[in-house]
Amino acid sequence: MTSYLIREATIGAGDRADIHVSGGVIAEVGVGLSANGATVIDADGLVALPGLVDLHTHLRQPGYEASETVLSGSQAAAAGGFTAVHAMANTFPVADSAGVVDEIYHLGRSAGYVEVRPVGAVTAGLEGTRLAELGAMARSEAAVRVFSDDGKCVSDPLIMRRALEYVRGFDGVIAQHAQDPRLTEGAQANEGAVASELGLTGWPSVAEEAIIARDILLAEHVGSRLHICHLSTAGSVELVRWAKKRGIRVTAEATPHHLLLTDENLRSYDARFKVNPPLRTSEDVQAVREGVADGTIDIIATDHAPHPIESKDCEWAAAAFGMVGLESALSVVQESLVNTGMIDWDDVARILSVTPASIGRVAGQGHSLATGAPGNITLIDPAAASVFTTDRLAGKSGNSPYIGLTLPGRVEWTFFRGRATVSSGTLVPVDEVAA
Amino acid sequence: MKHLLSTADLTKAQAIELLDIAEDMAEVRTREVKKLPTLRGRTVVNLFFEDSTRTRTSFEAAAKRLSADVINFSAKGSSVSKGESLKDTAQTLEAIGADLVVVRHSASGAPQVLAQSGWIHSGVVNAGDGTHEHPTQALLDAFTIRRRIHGSSSRGADLQGLTVLIVGDIVHSRVARSNLWLLTTLGAHVTFAAPATLVPLAIDRWPVDVVHDFDEALAVKPDVVMMLRIQTERMRNAFFPTEREYARLWGLDQDRYRGLKPEALIMHPGPMNRGLEISSEAADSAQATVLEQVANGVSVRMAVLYALSALPDADILGRPE
Repeated sequence: MTSYLIREATIGAGDRADIHVSGGVIAEVGVGLSANGATVIDADGLVALPGLVDLHTHLRQPGYEASETVLSGSQAAAAGGFTAVHAMANTFPVADSAGVVDEIYHLGRSAGYVEVRPVGAVTAGLEGTRLAELGAMARSEAAVRVFSDDGKCVSDPLIMRRALEYVRGFDGVIAQHAQDPRLTEGAQANEGAVASELGLTGWPSVAEEAIIARDILLAEHVGSRLHICHLSTAGSVELVRWAKKRGIRVTAEATPHHLLLTDENLRSYDARFKVNPPLRTSEDVQAVREGVADGTIDIIATDHAPHPIESKDCEWAAAAFGMVGLESALSVVQESLVNTGMIDWDDVARILSVTPASIGRVAGQGHSLATGAPGNITLIDPAAASVFTTDRLAGKSGNSPYIGLTLPGRVEWTFFRGRATVSSGTLVPVDEVAA
Repeated sequence: MKHLLSTADLTKAQAIELLDIAEDMAEVRTREVKKLPTLRGRTVVNLFFEDSTRTRTSFEAAAKRLSADVINFSAKGSSVSKGESLKDTAQTLEAIGADLVVVRHSASGAPQVLAQSGWIHSGVVNAGDGTHEHPTQALLDAFTIRRRIHGSSSRGADLQGLTVLIVGDIVHSRVARSNLWLLTTLGAHVTFAAPATLVPLAIDRWPVDVVHDFDEALAVKPDVVMMLRIQTERMRNAFFPTEREYARLWGLDQDRYRGLKPEALIMHPGPMNRGLEISSEAADSAQATVLEQVANGVSVRMAVLYALSALPDADILGRPE
């Protein structure tokens, strides 16, 4: 295996150092290390972060391979600086059994770009009526710890309560897609001024907040871990802030798109902006940013949701919800949080690597860059700013809302277990990665 | 003007010019030969993804009176009902050679998507999209009001100072939205009267007053009362309790009709639910403009088709010769 000497990288928000990567781990971190035959990378001006970990990714396999596969999604992840992703359960068949989660886990291993951690469905077939075999998935080879019906809300309060209690036995977490189904029937856009003008059925904030409030209280009642997926409203931030103050075991994620885009983007009726939960108002965006900055929101997760062209090249109502986000996540975080002075690069390491790995109980990920840590490293050039184009997309689908926007930052190198998956800004070919 | 997608896009000058062209078109209809050669050799496609015999017939009559070739393409019985996409349908029409596409769609924004898509190069007329807009309905309503108020001196006139009350299912109404933008542009003052369930949220920046009591709204003696059709299936999602309660609180019944000032106009985009949102006495009165609206619809749509196909590049519309 090649060993690398990363020279003069800036470690997060801290000092410059050399990082020697060898044998799949960080062999040494120090100043003025000698190459000793290692491939030398001039990292002057680059920021080194622990490999990024996404708690919320749709890899679409099995069942929707026209949109994405475990391999293509892993490539998109590597291109975005990730070394681990959590594959959501809304595949076909649904990832609600040990057999399916193990299949996804093995597909991830053979792809070799990132660690693929399958998420198990909370309820059988995502139907919300009876628990999936959570224990079997936890004890499978994939060792599932995150369970979610994402795409659908576990809306039945009794099922939610039982799920929270049941997974406590193996330190699992329920990741809730907070959306009251009755309050969002036919919903197409954030309920508010823009949707009213455009004539789009509203997706009200209260439909998210009511579920979060309920689940926070359930989590407190049973003492279990609750994670809130893609929190998107100012009210949700307030609720989570309150829950944390009370010591309830709740964590929350926000997506990059809810940090940057608003419902004003919908005026074009361009279906690339159709996503669930919907793009909210600029006040919500500001509240979500502040929630990340003050630690109320623990992590950023992409909700990378690939769709084929025909699912977006159509009228708004017919279009699918979702946008790809792995390749753009770091740039959007830099644009909305770092360049605005709200957080620094150490915080980025925390919200995009350390904490998501901890919530997902992923042992080999999210380690700070120190001697002996796994060789999962992302090197980015924060000074690079460029127009985001489809060239930046490494997955199968092109439904990015950022095409044409100028965004800062670029992933130059990604190392997964000591191997480069992105080299000098270019994705390493599959035969070299899997070798 | 290449497309007509929303009345919010029209300046006051453009709106008045369109209405003036419609006056010319109305004149043509009084002649012995009710036809103009203006669009001879042009093809107008009525692309209707949603049933609407009234609107489709009105556009068809308008196009034919301008000597255009008309193709009616309705979703029912076509490949659309078998799942053909908007894109494929549009590209098919482009291949056939449409010069103007008149589109009615259940999805808000579908005409705008069509106009921006690059799938077709023809002009697009929004003939009603979801709960978004219905610009030609608003133009024919404005035209009808202007004619009733200003009579033969309508040309060049606006609707300055008029008070218009729009009543009923505002939240689902493309007619209410298009009318609000257009009537306001023309100088009228609009009030919505509806139960809170039927008013869109967060419209405090809209140029409109909202009243949740029909009688209170009528007490100020509006110049125009526009009743919207209520769909009884709205009861299923609890927008209102019963037809009986709706008719009692929001219907233009006999008493409310008799309380209007004598010159007040009573409008309805049709089709009416007699006895529900409007009483027969009101609907059949001399103050009612329902049939005039239908007749004026043809003139207004002639004006729109003319303006878009004969003068697609003109900023301010020209006048027909």
